[in-house]
Amino acid sequence: MPGQMSFVQNFPCFSIILCMFIGIISSAFKEKIARWLNIIALVVNIVLSAAVLLYTVRTGESYVYVMGRFPAPWGNELRVGMLETGLALFFCVIMLFCLLGGRHKLVQEVEEGKQGLYYVLADLMLSSLLALIYTNDLFTAYVFVEINTISACGLIMIRQNGRTIEAAVRYMIMSLLGSGLFLVGICMLYDLTGHLLMSNIKIEIARIVAEGAYRPPLLVTIAIISVGLAIKSALFPFHAWLPDAYGYSTVSSAAILSSLVSKGYIFLLFKIIYRVIGFEVFHDSKIVDILFLFGLMGMVFGSLSAIKENDIRRMIAFSSVAQVGYIYMGIGMGTQAGMVASVFHVVSHVATKSLLFISAIGLTDVSGGSRKFIELTGSGYRNKCAGVAFSVGSLSMVGVPMFSGFVSKLLFSQAAVQNDGKMLPTLIVLGISTILNAIYFMKTVIRIYTPVEEGEYPTVEWWSNKIYASVLLCFVVLNILLGVCSQPIVDLIESGLNIFA
Amino acid sequence: MSRMKSEDEYKKTKAFHFFRWLSGEKDPYIGNLEMKPQKEYITEEASIRERMRENQMVMDKVYNTKYNKWQILFRRFYRVMAVAFCIMLASLLLFTVSYLPPTGNASNPDNNEVAERYIEKGVQETGAVNIVTGMILTYRAFDTFGETNVLFIATCCVMIMLMIEDAELKKEEVLGDRRFEPKNDAILQAAAMILVPVIFIFGIYIILNGHLSPGGGFSGGATIGAGMILYTSAFGFKKTQRFFNENIYKVTKVSALCTYGLIGIYYYVTGANGIENHIPLGIPGHIVSAGIIFPINICVGIEVACTMYAFYALFRRGGL
Repeated sequence: MPGQMSFVQNFPCFSIILCMFIGIISSAFKEKIARWLNIIALVVNIVLSAAVLLYTVRTGESYVYVMGRFPAPWGNELRVGMLETGLALFFCVIMLFCLLGGRHKLVQEVEEGKQGLYYVLADLMLSSLLALIYTNDLFTAYVFVEINTISACGLIMIRQNGRTIEAAVRYMIMSLLGSGLFLVGICMLYDLTGHLLMSNIKIEIARIVAEGAYRPPLLVTIAIISVGLAIKSALFPFHAWLPDAYGYSTVSSAAILSSLVSKGYIFLLFKIIYRVIGFEVFHDSKIVDILFLFGLMGMVFGSLSAIKENDIRRMIAFSSVAQVGYIYMGIGMGTQAGMVASVFHVVSHVATKSLLFISAIGLTDVSGGSRKFIELTGSGYRNKCAGVAFSVGSLSMVGVPMFSGFVSKLLFSQAAVQNDGKMLPTLIVLGISTILNAIYFMKTVIRIYTPVEEGEYPTVEWWSNKIYASVLLCFVVLNILLGVCSQPIVDLIESGLNIFA
Repeated sequence: MSRMKSEDEYKKTKAFHFFRWLSGEKDPYIGNLEMKPQKEYITEEASIRERMRENQMVMDKVYNTKYNKWQILFRRFYRVMAVAFCIMLASLLLFTVSYLPPTGNASNPDNNEVAERYIEKGVQETGAVNIVTGMILTYRAFDTFGETNVLFIATCCVMIMLMIEDAELKKEEVLGDRRFEPKNDAILQAAAMILVPVIFIFGIYIILNGHLSPGGGFSGGATIGAGMILYTSAFGFKKTQRFFNENIYKVTKVSALCTYGLIGIYYYVTGANGIENHIPLGIPGHIVSAGIIFPINICVGIEVACTMYAFYALFRRGGL
């Protein structure tokens, strides 16, 4: 209610606008100031999100924040609950780590005068992610999807060589196709319901479904929106843009893109399922089964492509295809348990994939910059810090207990057991995919710990690059925390999803 | 008593120039205008050979089309499938559209309380006679702030792509820029001299009247940007830089966006917390009215004009 709001409730709005402000202001400054402004923005955002998270956990319900003078169906609004603030906090933390961990490579790989622009893009990317997380309006979501797409292209191509520009063009074409389908879907939804606000659309759709009117357009709309967001988050048959985009861009970009950008779109899909279409309606349409099938195929084929790969960065990129497949499989199960598992896998994948990308760069740096496996032999001894971190990330991806990947696989299996129709395929593919994951990750870990004679490559001390080493340490701790103390997080996700709709 | 002019004196007068031009004896622009005979661009033989060799190399290594039967088959399959997929998607969408509510029907779902309030109470609540501007800048102000940021980030991306930092490279680029176009085109300059002020004034008019008549920041800014592009292509970058160089560009762009942001955050926070709004709405129809719409329109206009001109300058010579 206006007038009785606590001051903390303003924070989501502040954090979105703050990121935009910092982005705009830092475009006028040199690289160093832009970098500090970016760090300030991220730290302030972490504090603000943590405060809102505490507030929402204490009240136990979500609240609506009206952006402006006019209430819901006329103006814009944000809706804030535990799940949203939790993810916002987590995304800010990961973004800070990604930018700090890749900083030394950024300095080497990006032209001097353009490094400031990198932070501008990162700030606006963060603002768009936060807006996607918090918004309760479909058209606002579309506007911020645009910002997200453009800044992602910039993050890919800022390392200017032929491959990254080709990758950025490919990413842009595929991503615009996805945005276009999403926009067509929004237009159709508006035509059918007369609203752009998520909650109002849901009421209208419930009415339409009860009346039995407009069945074919509704089905097509759901399909178009799902496919559009699936293209943008690299679900299996639409993943062709992914390996180049993640494999050749500078390491911070690769980590941010793989861990945060695709997850922003997946979270938008969660939101559309719960708040726009309605969980029941979405479940009754057969789209879930298609998403389920694509998810399963992604889990197998993504891993197979990763096994074939001879380039460590591209291998990690292909592993993302498999992990996105897991998330869509959880959505495709069509149960609450599957959704919880998916959200937890989003969290665990964000923590693990950024760790893998950032630790891989340490390994390639001590192998003469080559990413081929043959050159990487023994690199775990040459850069011990990156080697340990890479092993932790690999173990987590494979699903060894104590690490975050194990918990998400456990949650997926539990969800599968509760689901009669889809139990068998889920469990079988989960098993196959785990074995395939183990093949390529363990192959890499064994490769980096194969002793070689004193070669031509230099050895790096544990703490030679302090920022890099402490970022890796934080990531490792985060992974183990997610693996060991998973129950509070799962509880948070469950209660967040309960008040999400 | 009239005085006879001497031959030399007469040759300096405008009348002499005019009659000489009329009789076709001399072109007055010779000497002023840099003229080059239009030649067809001929590629050097060496570079053609190089290109052919590279093409052959790519063909051999990547798409081994000549010998690889699977490749040929796949390409054909790919083309057929691409066409089939496009036809399928188009027919699916057309099929869906046939099920949507018919256009202009009074009982359509989109004729609901949302549109009703915009139309009936729009003028009273926003102070803007132009309902569309009132809607995008007050009811849905957050979306429009995002949209303005889309323009901003698009310029950032183009800068990453095309900005040239190196001073030497920049010099070459400027020389190369003149390869295909004559310098100091007098016709263009004369036309620009008349048109540019009119275009600027018209753009400013569109921006300032955004809340009264069709238009607003986006269209007015685009008009001003077009005027600046015309000025630059007539008189060159050096003259434009006297009033619009990179520093001025940065300052105007950042201050416009920041002003917008500050107004925006004031508006969101006071609105959400139920605090009284201190920006008066004014009398609808007056030039200074409609509360926050008037300053926001100016900010958006500046941002759009800067973006348009920056795109042109970056594509043309890799810098402002």
